[in-house]
Amino acid sequence: MSGTKKETGFAFTIDGVEVTAYAGQTIMEAADEAGVYIPRLCDHQGLRHQGSCRVCTVKAGGRSVAACTQPAAPGQSVENETPHLNKMRRDLVEMLFHEGNHLCPICEASGNCELQAMAYRLDMTETTRFPYLEPCRALDASHPDIALDTNRCISCGRCIRASQDVDGKGVFGYVGRGIHRRVAVNGEDLADTDAEVTDHAISSEVCPVGCIIRKRVGFVTPIGEREFDKGLIGHEIEEKRK
Amino acid sequence: MTEPRMIEISPVTRVEGHGKVTIHLDGENRVEEARLHIVEFRGFERFIRGRLMWEVPVIVQRLCGICPVSHHLAAAKAMDMIAGVDQLTPTAEKMRRLMHYGQVMQSHVLHFFHLAAPDLLFGFGAPAEKRNIFEVIKEQPELGKRAVLMRKYGQEIIEATAGKKIHGTGAIPGGINANLSIERRDHFLSTIDEMIGWAEDSVRLARDYTLEHEEIVADFGSFPSNYMSIVREGDGALDLYHGNLRALNAEGGIIFDQEPYTRYHDLLVEDVRSWSYMKFPFITDLGPEAGWYRVGPLARMNTASFIDTPLAEAAHKELKAVTGGSPNNSTLANHWARMIEVLHCVEKIRELLHDPDLQGTDLLAPGDRREEGIGVIEAPRGNLIHHYQVDEHDQVTYCNLIVSTTHNNEGMNRAVKDVAVKHLSGQEQITEGMLNHVEVAIRAYDPCLSCATHALGQMPLQVQLFDAQGDLVDRKAQCM
Repeated sequence: MSGTKKETGFAFTIDGVEVTAYAGQTIMEAADEAGVYIPRLCDHQGLRHQGSCRVCTVKAGGRSVAACTQPAAPGQSVENETPHLNKMRRDLVEMLFHEGNHLCPICEASGNCELQAMAYRLDMTETTRFPYLEPCRALDASHPDIALDTNRCISCGRCIRASQDVDGKGVFGYVGRGIHRRVAVNGEDLADTDAEVTDHAISSEVCPVGCIIRKRVGFVTPIGEREFDKGLIGHEIEEKRK
Repeated sequence: MTEPRMIEISPVTRVEGHGKVTIHLDGENRVEEARLHIVEFRGFERFIRGRLMWEVPVIVQRLCGICPVSHHLAAAKAMDMIAGVDQLTPTAEKMRRLMHYGQVMQSHVLHFFHLAAPDLLFGFGAPAEKRNIFEVIKEQPELGKRAVLMRKYGQEIIEATAGKKIHGTGAIPGGINANLSIERRDHFLSTIDEMIGWAEDSVRLARDYTLEHEEIVADFGSFPSNYMSIVREGDGALDLYHGNLRALNAEGGIIFDQEPYTRYHDLLVEDVRSWSYMKFPFITDLGPEAGWYRVGPLARMNTASFIDTPLAEAAHKELKAVTGGSPNNSTLANHWARMIEVLHCVEKIRELLHDPDLQGTDLLAPGDRREEGIGVIEAPRGNLIHHYQVDEHDQVTYCNLIVSTTHNNEGMNRAVKDVAVKHLSGQEQITEGMLNHVEVAIRAYDPCLSCATHALGQMPLQVQLFDAQGDLVDRKAQCM
C-alpha cells in the first residue's frame, strides 16, 4: 500500500468531480474513498499495487497512466469514464478472454468472476474480433483441497503477491517472458508446495477468475446470490456516493 | 421396371438434433432398406475426462438445450454416489423432483404442441408450409396460447429450482444449493389448478386423436418390442426421478424387475454399427436380435404398475384398456402417453408445492467418498444412464452415457422401415408428403439426436433414397 494519510488533503478532479486525496495516495485509492470506481483487475485491496493489467488506465494531465500506481497530484484533472478509455479497457479485457480458455457457462466462478463482471460492465457484448489462441493448459488437481485450472488464469499476479506478502510463502511465481509469461507454482505441482486451503492466496477474493479453486464447494452458491448477481463490478464503491 | 433408387431425407425436421434417413428402392420401387442415420460427432464422454467431479452436472447438461435438467440430475445422482450420499435430505430430493417434473412438463408440451401437433391437426401429407406451430396458433389460437403458457410454467419451475430456465446449477453433489421461497411457491400455486385443467384437456386431445384415428395409429410404425424404464422401488409405480429397472416383453412378461440401476452394465449391452454414430443397446440375456427394447412415455405406461396421482392414473387405465392391459405397441400412442405424463407432472408439482419441506434449510448430506457413481433418471424421452469414475484427485477418469434416444435407436429404425414399406413401396412418384410420413414416425419418439451423439455445429436431420447400386437418387433436406 502506498503512503499514510496526512491530516490535510488536497483536491483534484476525476471526470469533473472534485475528489480529496492525501499525500502518498494513488489516484485509485483516492477515487475509491470518494466513491468513484476505476475499473481494475490486477489490483486488489490489501495487496501491493502492480500496474500490469492496465485496465485502470486513466488520463492524467493528458498522459495515460495506471491509476493504481500513479500518485494523485493537487489540482490534477483526471479522465476516467470516457468512451475512448472504456473502449481501450474493453479491448484489453477482450484480449484476456482470447488469451486463455474462458468457458463461462461451465465455470464455477461464473457470477463471482471479476473478468466476466468487467466484460459486462464494459459492455463486451459483440462477437469476438480476435482469434482465440486456445492454449493447451493444465488443470492441477494434485492438492487434496485446492485445484488450479490455469486455463482461466489472466496472469494478474494477485496470488503471487498474496502468497509472498500476506502468507509469507512463495507458492506462486511468474515464469516465462512476453506473451509466454504466466503464473506457475514453485514445485512439480500444487501438492509439491506448502499451499494450504487457509492461505490468503487461495481465497476466492484474491483470484479474480476461476483459476484457484477450493475443492468441493463449486456451485454451492445459487444463481441470484453470487457476487455480481447483486450489481455491476464496482457497485459497492459507487454506492458510497449515493 | 425402373432403375433402383435411393431417397435421402435430409434433414428430418421438427426433432431435436441432426440426422438423416436413407431409403433404398429396388427396380420395382419396393423398399429394400430404410435407416435412420445419426452422423454427428459424439464427444462428451471423452472430453469430460479430467474435469472436476462437482463440475460434471453443470458441464454435461450442455448436451442439450431441451432437456438439460435430465442430464443435470442424472449426473448429480451419479455424483451423490461418488460423494458417498445414498440418501438426500428431504428438501434436496423434493427440490430436485420439482425441477424434474417442471422439465418433463415443459419438454412434453414443447414436443406435442410445437413439433407433433402440425402433423396431427393438419394431416401427415399436408403441405409443408402448413406443418408448423405458427399455423397451429393461427387455426387454434386457444390451443397455441395454452402450449406457450404451459411450457412457460414448466420453465419457470426449472428457473426457481435450478437458478436458470436453461442450464442452471441447482443440483450439486450430495444435495441442492437452494430451497423454494414462499413467494415463488405462492406464485406457482396461483395458477396450478388452471395448469391441471389444461393438462387434462391435453390428455383428452391426444386420446381422442389416437382413438378416432385408430386405423392409422394401429398400422403406423406399430410392432411388438420389449420395454424398459425405472419404476418405483417396491410397488412398481411410475417414478420419473428414482427407482429400479424393469423390462417387459411385448406380451407384458417380465424380463427383469426391480433391478438396481447400478447393474445396468450387466443387464444391457451397447452394440456398435458402422453406419451410425449412435449405439444400439440390447438386453444382455436376450442378445442383439431379440433383446432390443424401447423407452419413453409409452414404454413407461407399459412398464409402470400404476401412477400414484389420481387423474393421471385414470388416464393411464384408459390407455391400458385399449390393449386389454397388455403393452401398447403403437408408435403413435406415444403422444397420448406423453400427455398423461404431463398431467402426472402437474399433479406432482401441486403435491410438492404444498409440502413444507421445500422451504427446509437442510440442503446437503455428508458422505464417505467413493470412486464410482451411476445415476439413472427417466428423462422426457425415456431412460437416461450416466456412469462415471473419479480418481483420488476428484478428476473424472471414465464416463459412459446411454441417453433415451440411444435406447430407442433400433425401435426408431424399425419404425422408419415399417412406414417406408407401407407408404413408399410401389410408388413411382415419391412426394414430400409421403416422406413426411417417415418423419412422423421418427417424431413420435421425440428423439434428441444431439443428446445421443453429442453433436457439434448445426443440427438438421436428412432423408436419402439410394438405388440398388448404392447411388443417391433423391434426397430431402429441409430446414425449419
